[in-house]
Amino acid sequence: MRTLLVWMAGCCILAGLSPLALANGWNMPVGVTDLSREIFSLHMTIFWICVAIGVVVFGVMFYSLFRFRRSRGAKADNFHEHTTVEVLWTAIPLLILVGMAVPATATLVQMYDASDAELDVMITGQQWRWRYEYLGEDVAFTSNLSTPRAQVRGEEARGEHYLLEVDEPLVLPTDRKVRFLMTSDDVLHSWWVPDLAVKQDTIPGFINENWVNISEPGIYRGQCAELCGINHGFMPVVVHAMEGEEFDDWLAERKEAAAEEALGVDRDWELDELMERGEAVYSSICASCHQPEGQGAPPAFPSLAGNERLIGDVEWHVQTIINGVSGTAMPSFRNTLNPVEIAAVATFTRNAWGNDTGDVVQPSDVAEQLAQ
Amino acid sequence: MAPKLPPQPPLEHSSAATAGGAAAHHAPPRGMLRWLLTTNHKEIGSLYLIFSLIMFFIGGIFAMVVRAELFQPGLQLVNPDFFNQMTTMHGLIMVFGAVMPGFVGLANWMVPLQIGAPDMALPRLNNFSFWLLPIAFLLLLSTLLMPGGGPDFGWTFYAPLSTTYAPPSTTFFILSLHMAGISSILGAINIIATILNLRAPGMRLMDMPLFVWTWLITAFLLIAVMPVLAGVITMMLMDINFGTSFFNAAGGGDPVLFQHLFWFFGHPEVYIMILPAFGIVSAIIPTFARKPLFGYASMVYATASIALLSFLVWAHHMFAVGLPLVAELFFMYTTMLIAVPTGVKVFNWITTLFRGSISFEPPMLFALAFVVLFTIGGFSGLMLAIAPADFQYHDTYFVVAHFHYVLVPGAVFAIMAGVYYWLPKWTGHYPNVRLSQWHFWLSVIGVNLTFFPMHFSGLAGMPRRIPDYALQFADFNLVSSLGAFLFGASQLVFVAVVVLCVRGGEKAPAKAWDGAEDLEWSVPSPAPLHTFDTPPTFSPHVH
Repeated sequence: MRTLLVWMAGCCILAGLSPLALANGWNMPVGVTDLSREIFSLHMTIFWICVAIGVVVFGVMFYSLFRFRRSRGAKADNFHEHTTVEVLWTAIPLLILVGMAVPATATLVQMYDASDAELDVMITGQQWRWRYEYLGEDVAFTSNLSTPRAQVRGEEARGEHYLLEVDEPLVLPTDRKVRFLMTSDDVLHSWWVPDLAVKQDTIPGFINENWVNISEPGIYRGQCAELCGINHGFMPVVVHAMEGEEFDDWLAERKEAAAEEALGVDRDWELDELMERGEAVYSSICASCHQPEGQGAPPAFPSLAGNERLIGDVEWHVQTIINGVSGTAMPSFRNTLNPVEIAAVATFTRNAWGNDTGDVVQPSDVAEQLAQ
Repeated sequence: MAPKLPPQPPLEHSSAATAGGAAAHHAPPRGMLRWLLTTNHKEIGSLYLIFSLIMFFIGGIFAMVVRAELFQPGLQLVNPDFFNQMTTMHGLIMVFGAVMPGFVGLANWMVPLQIGAPDMALPRLNNFSFWLLPIAFLLLLSTLLMPGGGPDFGWTFYAPLSTTYAPPSTTFFILSLHMAGISSILGAINIIATILNLRAPGMRLMDMPLFVWTWLITAFLLIAVMPVLAGVITMMLMDINFGTSFFNAAGGGDPVLFQHLFWFFGHPEVYIMILPAFGIVSAIIPTFARKPLFGYASMVYATASIALLSFLVWAHHMFAVGLPLVAELFFMYTTMLIAVPTGVKVFNWITTLFRGSISFEPPMLFALAFVVLFTIGGFSGLMLAIAPADFQYHDTYFVVAHFHYVLVPGAVFAIMAGVYYWLPKWTGHYPNVRLSQWHFWLSVIGVNLTFFPMHFSGLAGMPRRIPDYALQFADFNLVSSLGAFLFGASQLVFVAVVVLCVRGGEKAPAKAWDGAEDLEWSVPSPAPLHTFDTPPTFSPHVH
């Protein structure tokens, strides 16, 4: 059996190469939180235990295959039971398992302790973007994939962070305990950043809890990990961790901008400025289903360009954006978009792609409908 | 001490069983009608195996589409929705269409032969169980052509993606799964009835070959969990068509309930696909080591413990859904416990090899590869059981690597080992050795090239079920795709071996392998259509 020997040699080479495999980009990242480092060390411990067991088990196996070949004239023995051995190889694995369960339990207990957080961030999964809300700070925004479609189609060169880049990352402070409250507006998603060792499903109707305490500033990238429909692969997570003071400045700036936006509800807007704002909202929120040119993808996602009902009925149009359509993929945007954004996107869709109604939906009207 | 014998199966049972077969007729119908109406366990076994092979290729083509799209970054061949349909259909077809019917086919052929029974206990039910399958899977495949496409929510079809957000064809998917489920339940009832009632006089339960034992336990698992699957898909049906809100949070329902129900079925289902594999390997290794199986009794107990534990571990598929800490710990501990009986099995196989007289015929090659590669899948399973680390592994390619290691070089290699082992009994010819070796080595290389790099891409952060990926995963995916094409192509060699073996080849005697002991080797090769019309005399050999 020369082939068998070749195979054995191959296995040995593979086993010899496995430490190399622990190099960066081949293994789980160590990460930037205490918990991620603990999880990494658990992972490596269990890995080496498996390697050790594998060496013994496969060692005996390949020794037997080599040594007791019939072609070498081996004569078969007839033993088929040995109580002591059988008890031993039941008991020893049990002990190894207990040895592994102890540190795993300790780590798990820590992971579940989200108490005493200094900042609460609500993370909401939506097909196919993330919404972040800094609870009690009046700051909220959505985070969309920013990789151009042309790169996906291969029409232009792919960038370094292809599919792992967003228009607005989640900004977090370092060295502070941040609690995440996680839910979803539609299907299941899973918010995952390997460097933070946080992977938590976001589930409609449920609020899950998780937490991080990041020790190093930097940009950390991850993805949605739970199949959530067509664009599941295009729903990255980017976390920008900055030091405490820098973060405080950022948050204050965002609060100011949000307050300014709230003032905009009361004034009259021009068609052009609503169109400009609306186009931005459309491409980040609506285009993933209704398509960039409003052509939709029937039957699941109706077309907006030339849609009779939409053109004919302004109030229905705005109500649909606010409340969604139950039993379909159209979600409610009541809590996701502010009145300016709803007015802008309604104005935009009523005037783009040949819909040319000339209608201007004012933010103040939308605010009124929202209040009802 | 005199052995305690169970009551002997009364003889009229055996003759009643054949009455439904051709024994009561003068000549079987010809042509297609013969296959449609057959109640013979060997013919139905062949039908199951051919069906399984066809499904293996259809599911394989879907996998090739997936691997071709993932060959390099970007979207080249298919759109993301079709990609999702391909991953979903690949999983459904392989699990319910290829692996399960493959094992049922082997059971149909070999369980009666191994226990000295003339046929299955319920031959007409047997015919019905089989013919449900082609209808179910034609219906399932036809959903691909329906408006909105076929199932695109993963083979685990988590709600509400598979209910509120599902394509219109989902109702047909539910119907086809119901039919496949009924087929499995009826098949399981038949196998239990056969094993408990039709054993040769003198064959006690603890004298049965391990393939029969593992199938007995598997059949009980099937009866226990297929109704749970039927329940959960019926709830989906109600949510989709009748306005209920079992899984719809907006109506007060609970999407996590879906996962609890699905995995209460799904985890035992995993063992349904591996326990019969243990039985096949436990037949082949002693044969080619020419030495009795080490620890027969402990093999039986280990199989039973794995089956019992399988009901207590389901939520390890759900570590990231936000279970309470206590539940998380409970399911972590029970999952780790499964390593003990599984380890016992591996140790037993290796000790059987120790001081044997080993030769490397094709069935043995596949059985040995099974032991090594299934164990690698077991190791990654142990890693996945560690709940804190699972938060990093969950839903990544690490999981994909894990379950493909236990299902492809695990379940599928075991089925192939069984086919190579029993082909001489079925056809009267040995499979071509040279071609079989080609098939083996190409498959082993292909399978490892495909799935080994997935451990790395998963650890490095690549999620499952994505049609396009970040650039750092490109090299791993390139290797995986090349491996998959090699593995896919090498299965054509398998078809060639089987076809050549049916048509001719070196003649095999009744006892085709010199180390084989069980009852099937006492009937001529090829096995005549009717065997054991009168029960054989059975003398327990060493166990």
